[in-house]
Amino acid sequence: MLLALSATTIVIAALLWEVGWPQASQQIERHRARRRRIPASDYDPGRERRAEQRARELLRSCVDEDDWAMYRDLGFVRVWGALAEGPERGAAREGLAGAPYAYLVYPHKPIVCYLPQTGRLLNEYCVEFPDETRPYGSALLPDSDDVLAKWMALTGDERRLIQTANMHLPGRQVDPRQVRRDLWRLSQWERQRIARRARAAS
Amino acid sequence: MKLLRMKPGHGEVLLEEGDVDLAGDVERLVAAFSEQLEQGMWAAVPTEGGSGRRQAQMVRSFDEVPRDAERVIFFPRAAGGR
Repeated sequence: MLLALSATTIVIAALLWEVGWPQASQQIERHRARRRRIPASDYDPGRERRAEQRARELLRSCVDEDDWAMYRDLGFVRVWGALAEGPERGAAREGLAGAPYAYLVYPHKPIVCYLPQTGRLLNEYCVEFPDETRPYGSALLPDSDDVLAKWMALTGDERRLIQTANMHLPGRQVDPRQVRRDLWRLSQWERQRIARRARAAS
Repeated sequence: MKLLRMKPGHGEVLLEEGDVDLAGDVERLVAAFSEQLEQGMWAAVPTEGGSGRRQAQMVRSFDEVPRDAERVIFFPRAAGGR
C-alpha cells in the first residue's frame, strides 16, 4: 500500500514538474530581467547638435563673409585652386596648366575639382580627418569642422592635401548630376548677390 | 593667442591661452603646441591674404606662427578617404 502511494506521488510530482517547469523557469527569467542592472548610457542626443553649432561659429569666424553665406545657403564652399601647373598630374599635357580651377567642399564628402569656365568636372579627392582619440565615441568631426579643416588645408597647403587625398574620377561618390545642379545653384546665388549689392549701392 | 583644437562630438576646445610677450606664457603655448603635433594634429592660423581674402597658413612649429596671430587651430591630420 505504502509502495503504491509512493509510486503514485512520484509520478504525480514528475508530471507536475513536466507541466509546471517551463512556466516557472519563464517567471524566474522575467524576475531576473526586471531586477537586472542596466548600465546607464552617457549618450547625449543634444551633444552633436551643440558641437555642430560651435563648429559653425568657428567656420564663420575664419572664412570670408561670402564663403560663409555660400555654406549657409547652399551647403558647400567653393575654394579656388592655386597650383600654377593645374589641378592634377598631367594637367599640362591636357592644356589645363594655368586654367582657373576650383574645388567644391562638402561636409564629409569628397572634394570635387572642376573648371568654372566650362563646368567640366575633373576629379574627386577623398580625404578624411579622423581623430583616433575618439574623445566622444566618434572619430568624425562635426560637419562644419570638416569643411573648415578642408578649407584650411586647401588654402594653406593645397599641394599637401591633394597629395594626401585619394584621387578618383568624378562620379565615384558624389553624383555628377548633383554637382552640376550645385554649380547651377551657385551661379544663380552669385547673380542674386551681385544684383542685391548693385541695388544697395545705387 | 589662443590654441584651439577641433574635437569630434564637441566642436573646438580651448587648449591654452597666453600673451606672446610674456616668457612664461610662451613656454606654456610652446609646450601645448608641441603636444598637439606629437598627437598627429595639423596646425593652421587663419589669416588674411594680400588680396584681402581670408585664408589659412599651415604651421609646423611654433616659430612659424605669426606673432600677431590670435588663434592657432589644430585639427586631425588628413588621410586618404574611400
